[in-house]
Amino acid sequence: MTEFFFNLTWLIPLFPLASFAIIVLWTNRNRLLSTWIAWIGIGLAWILGWAILFLAWGHSSELTPPTHGYPVPLYSIPTGTTELQLGFQVDTLTGLMLFMVPFVCLMIFIYSKGYMNYGRENVDPRYSRFFAYISLFACGMLGLVISDNFVTLLIFWEVMGLCSYLLIGFWFDKSYSDPKRITPKQAGLKAFLTTRIGDVIMLAGMLLLYSQVKTLTFREIFSEETLHHLATTYAFPGMPWATLCAILIFGGAVGKSAQFPLHVWLPDAMEGPTPVSALIHAATMVSAGVYLVARSFPLFVAVEGGVQLAVVAFIGAFTALFSSTIAVAQNDIKRVLAYSTVSQLGYMIAALGIGAYVAAVFHLITHAFFKALLFLGSGSVIHGVEHGHHETHHGSHGHEFDANDMMNMGGLLQRMPVTGWTFIIGALALTGIFPWAGFWSKDEILADAWNAFQHGGHFGVSSGWAFFVWLFLTLAAFLTAFYTGRQIFLTFAGTPRTEAARHAPESVPSMTWPLIILAGFATFLGLFGTPWANQFYQLIGQKAEVLGEHLPHGEFNPLVAGISTVVALSGWFIAWLIYGREPLTNPVDPLEKRLGRLYIWLKNKWYFDELYMNYIVHPSVRLAQACFAFDDKLVIDPLVDAFGRFGRWLSEWLKDAVDIPIVDGIVNGVGSVTAKFGEFMRATQTGKVQNYLLVAAVTVLLLLVLFVVRA
Amino acid sequence: MEQLLTFITFVPLLGALLILLIPKEEERTIKNLSVGISFIPLLLSIYLWFAYDKAASGFQFEVMARWIPAINVNYHVGADGLSIPLIFLTALLTTLSLIYSSFTITRRVKEFFLLFLLLEMGMFGVFVSLDLVLFYVFWEIGLVPMYLLIGIWGQPKDRPQYSAIKFFLYTLAGSVCMLLAILGLYFYHGTFDIVKLSQELGPGKPLGPVFGGVSWLAIAAFWAFFVAFAIKVPLWPFHTWLPDAHTAAPTAGSVILAGILLKLGGFGMMRIALPIFPEQFWMYTWRVPIIPVLALLSIVYGALVCMAQWDLKRLIAYSSVSHMGYFMLGVAATAAAWGQANLRDAAAMASNGAAMQMFNHGIITGGLFFLVGVIYERAHTRDLQDFGGLSKVTPYYYGIFMVTALASLGLPGLAGFWAEFFVFRGAFEIIPWFAAIGVLGIVFTAAYILWKIIQYVFLGDFDAHKWEKVTHGAKLTDMFAFEKVTMWPLVLFMIGFGIFPTPLVDFFNTFAQALLGG
Repeated sequence: MTEFFFNLTWLIPLFPLASFAIIVLWTNRNRLLSTWIAWIGIGLAWILGWAILFLAWGHSSELTPPTHGYPVPLYSIPTGTTELQLGFQVDTLTGLMLFMVPFVCLMIFIYSKGYMNYGRENVDPRYSRFFAYISLFACGMLGLVISDNFVTLLIFWEVMGLCSYLLIGFWFDKSYSDPKRITPKQAGLKAFLTTRIGDVIMLAGMLLLYSQVKTLTFREIFSEETLHHLATTYAFPGMPWATLCAILIFGGAVGKSAQFPLHVWLPDAMEGPTPVSALIHAATMVSAGVYLVARSFPLFVAVEGGVQLAVVAFIGAFTALFSSTIAVAQNDIKRVLAYSTVSQLGYMIAALGIGAYVAAVFHLITHAFFKALLFLGSGSVIHGVEHGHHETHHGSHGHEFDANDMMNMGGLLQRMPVTGWTFIIGALALTGIFPWAGFWSKDEILADAWNAFQHGGHFGVSSGWAFFVWLFLTLAAFLTAFYTGRQIFLTFAGTPRTEAARHAPESVPSMTWPLIILAGFATFLGLFGTPWANQFYQLIGQKAEVLGEHLPHGEFNPLVAGISTVVALSGWFIAWLIYGREPLTNPVDPLEKRLGRLYIWLKNKWYFDELYMNYIVHPSVRLAQACFAFDDKLVIDPLVDAFGRFGRWLSEWLKDAVDIPIVDGIVNGVGSVTAKFGEFMRATQTGKVQNYLLVAAVTVLLLLVLFVVRA
Repeated sequence: MEQLLTFITFVPLLGALLILLIPKEEERTIKNLSVGISFIPLLLSIYLWFAYDKAASGFQFEVMARWIPAINVNYHVGADGLSIPLIFLTALLTTLSLIYSSFTITRRVKEFFLLFLLLEMGMFGVFVSLDLVLFYVFWEIGLVPMYLLIGIWGQPKDRPQYSAIKFFLYTLAGSVCMLLAILGLYFYHGTFDIVKLSQELGPGKPLGPVFGGVSWLAIAAFWAFFVAFAIKVPLWPFHTWLPDAHTAAPTAGSVILAGILLKLGGFGMMRIALPIFPEQFWMYTWRVPIIPVLALLSIVYGALVCMAQWDLKRLIAYSSVSHMGYFMLGVAATAAAWGQANLRDAAAMASNGAAMQMFNHGIITGGLFFLVGVIYERAHTRDLQDFGGLSKVTPYYYGIFMVTALASLGLPGLAGFWAEFFVFRGAFEIIPWFAAIGVLGIVFTAAYILWKIIQYVFLGDFDAHKWEKVTHGAKLTDMFAFEKVTMWPLVLFMIGFGIFPTPLVDFFNTFAQALLGG
């Protein structure tokens, strides 16, 4: 029974893939049918996924990664005398991801019907295409989490990258009057190319790893023996293969999970439809990077206290703090959430960097639920404001109205109570307020960091790094509470600042029900991960053997929990002081005056876009133009043409200087000499017999004389 | 079926002769007949695909007949794991090109189809030849029809005569070098037989070391072959004939040029240069790494040049330079691992990757040229700035183009990925520093495909006025049935071999095993 279901694992990504194919090829003209096909595809994946999760739960002791798992082989590719085996697997980490991914996807799929205005006059012209793309995306994410090797993982990873590109640029025909504002098509390109840089680095890491251990299957790479080999053989002096490969593979996670310095694409990805932002850019795809590091965790800790962990910890902690500073100065409701996502992913990455594997995965799961909730909530808000705008400005398109701008909102709690209250629940979870989900998972990360600082970390993590991580994450927690509070007060509190907000209606039930369900998860999910009965630890941590060691259990630390609660509450309080006490009436941020130039700096996202544009993108384009000029105008092709012209010149020259005067001259010379001689000889040919006789007689006489003389 | 390869090779010739007999006014008959005839080698090559015994590997369906006994020239043909997929590719692309052309060629129909079938014979001939003279003859035969196809059916504004002559002379210059090297091999070793030369040359083997150990001769002969093949591949800096020829050629001509003719060069590298001159190849990939440097220049520089193009067809032409650079990197890695037993699997993977790159590039870039033809037939312009927002008006075309473009940028899950994956897998173990630079090409490839092609042609809003102006009121219709028929087989292969590459790799792996086993 259990094995029967496990052997069906390959079906999970196939269901949404089939939906994609059916919609694209056949049903794209029928919107309702396409919707249902997408729903059925993800629904079946969800049911099967949860069935497998519960079965795996029952056998968690035999199915704990990294070295245990139920293999579901697919096929192999010959590689010389050996073979590259591809396949899927079931283990408890996969099971946990299968708990989150298909369910969140299902919620978002249901929500999308209302969001894309099904059955209304302003239904999206590419409605069916949207459902096809998100189905393909779901296929990618589901395939990723069930892969048992790096190649299959990479394939699904890139399928998601493609869907992200397609979905960010979904409204590819949109353009803005402000030339500086990024359009959806540019945002899609930016996302793809930025993540591609990370992917290429990861590919290099994977291939080096493959070269060293001759396999890409997780179970085999993460065996104690292989890890030991990787940790003790050196790529360069002082750089074991394990460290090098881990750092390179981490490059992929940096790109996909939008970590510094490849974070720039995620905020611009908000140009896509909001369900996409929830699906791809908050709950699932961006967490794939974290998943990758979690999955390859044994590789990251193979070298005790190696530089790779420090890199991971630093990038994560820095990103967490850095992006939350930017979120403070954003007015776009989705962009605030985007930077918040970057920051929360930083938490997870930093947790992995200090060896807090269970905490990172726990936070990944809870974050997926509450961030999906927040994004869908923001989508509902935008949708409402857009409708309000539509109602108040019939047919007038003269002035560009930005429905994402929080300055155009205010007082929406009265107009949209379901959206409002669920959004507030999500915000409480995000900011880590007891007893919502984020409190438990974030607290576990902070507690692990603190404990590592106090007692020295596992896997050789130094206590200095652990303190650094704890400090940065705690500061980030303060900012998180502040910008989330700012968001809530600007959007929902006070009175509407525009006509559009005044007329915003509550969203349809197909949009609000997913919000309510997700709010339930955001509230209660954390209770499965309390330090006293941590299901997550039991599932993926307790039996896990990394390098022959069992993973430690995160201890509850009242001091840390106290500090982070105080920090979060003070963030909320300051947000209330600035934005809540006296609700804004005009669209000017009070922070702008107080922070001055710092505010401008933050609003412009530390000028990273400009930096990359001026020092990477433009030089590349100029280099391309220079290469083309070198090729076509200056060197290579002119040389070829010159060679051709030389050939022609040579032939002309040979004709004029050699052929005509010399070669032909000789030939003609021979001819003319012969002709002259003939003409001369003609004189002797008189035709008279007497002359001929005379010649004959003279000849005979001469011969006779000669004969006599000789004798 | 003993003469299977002979049939495959000469059926097109027979077809060409048949077409000669038909009056040139009977255009419909000529078109139908040539498409019909091209199905014969296609079906035979499918049979060949399944009839080849991969477990036994080596050359099969061999035919050996005396041709010019005085100098020991034989009609020796045979097929192995390297050539069978390429024979199939040739047959497939020719059939699709003929189908496509039968709807688009209106001028001098008889000559066009006649020449196309002759061209097909020449290409088959190269892939099946196991005798250097035979190889050389077919190599040259293929040049003439392509020269005429470019020169006669090219677009007047693209300087077809110039491009055709350039193509012809450039290749010929290489061929002359090759001919000298072939004669050199004959004078030293008394045979033109490729199998014999690749198996029995070397210290301690029946024919002794190549050129009796005279190293300067061996090096000269190696470079003669190498340059001849490098021009065809084309490898930087011998590539400038390619953008001109591709741009000028009619659609079907570009498809065959990119899809097959470039592969002749690659095939020569793997069939002749590498097995006969492994030490020299090793020397110039490992000791003096000229070849990997050229491969890297092709990859990165080719991709950069693509980014600077505004002519869609020229852009795709340059992309071939970049893509075939991956092929060359794979061959270089194989050569660099020569004789090192611990790198044998890595070398096999690099070789598999290189061979796959040939096959996949044929399918993908062939497809891209068809797709350029589709839009050019409508708009009569290829300037990227003239387009925009086509995905709204022609969604079917967008979908097919997107799949092909993504395959071209090596998206995992589509055919192009596996080739790059295995090339780099081999290269990272054998010549890691070169591999590390080569992967940069992947980023630039994504940039020029998504930025230059997809964004300029398909995204944005469709501006009907602009379209009207740049195309002088041409009607923009989505793909016609014949265009879909042409593209679908290619798309199915891109997806099929992307998801499940094993059947293809199985072939190339038998070749790699045989190559490295000796």
